[in-house]
Amino acid sequence: MSEIIAPLNGAAFDGLLRVDALGPQGQITLRGDFAAPAFRDVVTEVAGTAFPEARRVEAAGDRALLWMSPDELMLLLPYEAATTTAADLAQRLSGEHALAVDVSDARAHFRLRGAPLRDVLAKITPADVSPAALPEGELRRTRLAQIAAAVWLTGPQEARLFCFRSVAQYAFDLLSTAAAPGSEVGYFDGR
Amino acid sequence: MLILTCPCCGIAADETELSPGGEAHLTRHGPGSGDTDFEDYLFNRENARGVHFERWRHAHGCGKWFLAARDTVTMQVFGTYPAQTTEPPQEIRDRITKARPGWRWRDFGAAE
Ligand SMILES: [Zn+2]
Repeated sequence: MSEIIAPLNGAAFDGLLRVDALGPQGQITLRGDFAAPAFRDVVTEVAGTAFPEARRVEAAGDRALLWMSPDELMLLLPYEAATTTAADLAQRLSGEHALAVDVSDARAHFRLRGAPLRDVLAKITPADVSPAALPEGELRRTRLAQIAAAVWLTGPQEARLFCFRSVAQYAFDLLSTAAAPGSEVGYFDGR
Repeated sequence: MLILTCPCCGIAADETELSPGGEAHLTRHGPGSGDTDFEDYLFNRENARGVHFERWRHAHGCGKWFLAARDTVTMQVFGTYPAQTTEPPQEIRDRITKARPGWRWRDFGAAE
């Protein structure tokens, strides 16, 4: 089998934030009727988490269930488990109007860490990144400069960010520029 | 800058996170329709200076279509509502009437 190479293969940047390009990440796109008990049961059982409310993320261990839209979820799980889990999901949802597809190689994932997290994000997205509008545990799909991306606030000074693989380098360069030393804003400090 | 709240996911989205979809509440005239109806459906649009109803897609977000009522001059937003709506909801019409008495847009408008 071929060797799996993650987008940017572990690139990292140290500035106002620590930016880490993460390793291979299993990702399964799920579409279905959120009101259908059968869909909810299968998905939550496989994910091992609760079913997320609108815009929220439910995480447990190395798996997370992300609310992407009123009929779309993303399941994050270990890369090695993605193919079999997607097949298992598809089989168990076969009677439902639902879809489960392994898209593990589609997106690049980054971890952002540092106190000026919200200030750095505010430079490159039109999204309201105040704690009131983007609390911990919430996923915001938005635009980072010229590309589509999603930001999941995993902690007070930590976020998971992902975008399409084809624009991974753009995202990394953009984040590194926005987090360049000496470019502090200080707006969200202490908020 | 225009900020519209997507009724599908609840996000207050910036204009640059959205894709414009043109005029809302069009009636489709397809095969079998008369030439005039078809021409209207295909080509003729309101070019409102004031109250207007539009389709937008939350492209850099949940990806869903929705409808919005706004003023093209002042950028005042009267409300957003689901795409599965054939005419402006009463609640939004009332809000417009309060702000723009006597407004008119196609077949809709403030009560005489
Ligand atoms: Zn939306």
